[in-house]
Amino acid sequence: MGLGLLIVVLKTVALRTGDANWDRAARFWGRIFAINFVFGVVTGIPMEFEFGTNWARFSRLSGGVIGQPLAMEGVFSFFLESAFLGLFLYGEKRLSKTMHWFSAVMVWLGSWISGFFIIVTDAWMQHPVAYERMPDGHFEVLSFWQLLLNPWGLLQYMHNMTGAVVTGSFVMAAVGAFYLLEGKRREYAEIFLKVGVIAGAISTVAIIFPTGDLHGKYVARNQPAAMAAMEGLFRTEIGAPIVLMGQPNEETQQIDNPIAVNDVLSFLIYGTTKAEVKGLDQFPRDQWPTALPLLYYSYHIMAGLGTWFVLLMLVCALLLWRDKLSGVRWALWALLLSFPLPYIANTAGWMTAELGRQPWLIYGLMRTSEGYSDMVSAGNGLFTLLGFMGMYTLLGLLFTVLIYREIARGPEPKEVHA
Amino acid sequence: MMGFIWFWLVAVMIVGYVVLDGFDLGVGVLHLFLARNERERIITLRSIGPVWDGNEVWLLAGGGTLYFAFPLLYASAFSGFYLPLMIVLWLLILRGVSLELRNHLDMGVWQSLLDGVFGLASALLTIFYGAALANVIRGVPLQATGYFFLPLWTNWMPGPAPGILDWYTVIGGLLALVALTLHGALWLVLKTGGELEQRARSLVKPLWGALLALTIVSLIATIAVRPSGLDNYNHYPVTYIVPVGVVASLAAILAWTRKGAALKAFLASCVYLFFMLAGACWALYPTLLPATTGAANDITLTRAISGPHTLAVGLVWWIFGMALAVTYVVFVYSRFRGKVEAGGH
Repeated sequence: MGLGLLIVVLKTVALRTGDANWDRAARFWGRIFAINFVFGVVTGIPMEFEFGTNWARFSRLSGGVIGQPLAMEGVFSFFLESAFLGLFLYGEKRLSKTMHWFSAVMVWLGSWISGFFIIVTDAWMQHPVAYERMPDGHFEVLSFWQLLLNPWGLLQYMHNMTGAVVTGSFVMAAVGAFYLLEGKRREYAEIFLKVGVIAGAISTVAIIFPTGDLHGKYVARNQPAAMAAMEGLFRTEIGAPIVLMGQPNEETQQIDNPIAVNDVLSFLIYGTTKAEVKGLDQFPRDQWPTALPLLYYSYHIMAGLGTWFVLLMLVCALLLWRDKLSGVRWALWALLLSFPLPYIANTAGWMTAELGRQPWLIYGLMRTSEGYSDMVSAGNGLFTLLGFMGMYTLLGLLFTVLIYREIARGPEPKEVHA
Repeated sequence: MMGFIWFWLVAVMIVGYVVLDGFDLGVGVLHLFLARNERERIITLRSIGPVWDGNEVWLLAGGGTLYFAFPLLYASAFSGFYLPLMIVLWLLILRGVSLELRNHLDMGVWQSLLDGVFGLASALLTIFYGAALANVIRGVPLQATGYFFLPLWTNWMPGPAPGILDWYTVIGGLLALVALTLHGALWLVLKTGGELEQRARSLVKPLWGALLALTIVSLIATIAVRPSGLDNYNHYPVTYIVPVGVVASLAAILAWTRKGAALKAFLASCVYLFFMLAGACWALYPTLLPATTGAANDITLTRAISGPHTLAVGLVWWIFGMALAVTYVVFVYSRFRGKVEAGGH
């Protein structure tokens, strides 16, 4: 999704300036986007099926609500995205320049609409709004617009999409740095670095402020137990500290080896250092997030990496502005080596959101243990889980090989097979 | 009324999926036999390259529509058909990835392997889809709670405790394999030239013969397995137009192929698939998933349907969204009309 936006940037410059190098750069990233897209489609289909196959009891009760955004994703986004991606990849000769640019825009739009509906779906599970519970227990939508404009969803959407742009920027900048360090394809490397670092500087700042900040405050007010667990705050405190490092110990209910800064958590959540922040002691044990240490680490990994992203991208942006970046080898190395980190940060962010919601499947309304398919035996569940693990390991390897080959081949004009 | 509308809207999505993804599945089955060299193979695959993932979207959009319009049916059927659905998912993954990979890896042995995977996965998918539809027509052992779970096979008989595969659903699977392979062959006649086109054309007649035989067999078998399937037709005799349409479109496929009207022949095949599926839906209506454990356990329209507000709002965006979607589909197909050529993008 981040890459979709960056391809639009490349195509726009190409269209404006008529510079063929920018067009080739767009085509190159288009091929990489296509590989991502295919792997995304084939791994995405199971996600939609899983609602029914593995979470039948949940689907039966909630279909009237979250079936809606899921179906809208298919109808409004997938058709758009797949149709125009086909045109973008296969149709350059059959389309005018403007039409080809337009396909790139539509692919980007499709992927961002898709993200929106998925986040709306997740947001309803995190923060259910606009529903009515029927006598037999199932949920119906009361207001379509309130469902789509769930404040939780809007905040999460901004945060998530910014995270996608961070990932796209880092990958693009890293490929640019790789080419420069190898001493080849200077003309493309400069383009990639420029676009990657500028987009990266903007998005890495935005991921923390305002989007991360707002989203965090909203979590603290609406899922206080999740926030307490994310921060490792076992006891309620006035002027609560923020724990930068340390390991949560569930037995003794404290953080081992803490490095903490007093008052900061209160300030971040409530804007004043003296505010009271609820700790886990305020909640009965059966409402604590189930995998507490994992949640704590996910959140801290995400936040720690986010800080590194801002530092690196701002320094690189400064170097770029002074026109020095392509000669500073340590900065190029840092960019190159940092490319996997946004993937980790995004995954950790999603784990934070979903683990934080536990033990609830629909927050406050339905527990996770009430939602799975009880007709599917544990043996069948394990069998298919193992199957998916094997399949996805294979896919991950193939994906890496394919992307590496594309990068090694580079954006030069050549006879290409789509 | 809402129930009636949404029943047919979901049916439309299924027909859209079968008609569109059907031909690229058929091409997947055929490419192993038809393409004799690398150039022909590239042309064959390129004929579906820009459209196959868009075709698969119909499955996703259809699944989503089913989910929100009939949550009970979605929950019950997807968990009950757990094992075959997982196999379908794995096949879809293998198929999509092998097609994408073979365009990137230019090493002979790997390409042969990937072509094999692509062809085999395509063939198995058509069989599973056919068997799935036959399962729905035959019925499943629903409990009073609205749930069931089917093993892959039991004693291969469509009794009260059947498996996914029995003699009846196997016929359904074979029917789908032949129908979609023919559909793919007609697409290739339309989209390719030279020897490749000739070879595809020469396959049409034997496939057509097999399809005619299987259509008749499956019709008789369906009446034997589900005699109540005729009730709707007898109640509204005008709907006997559906079997007439099946026969007419079958005849048209052969007639137009003989005349060399490739586009018309392909469209006739689309119409055939439409009538077959619509006929099956009409035979079931208003039951969505019949029970082999007594009609009281049937999942019916009124039992499975979402609330009126959900459906009313849904209708507005659905019509708007699908109008847009059809526009894209028409646009893409019109951009890629004509025969496929090798080389270049």
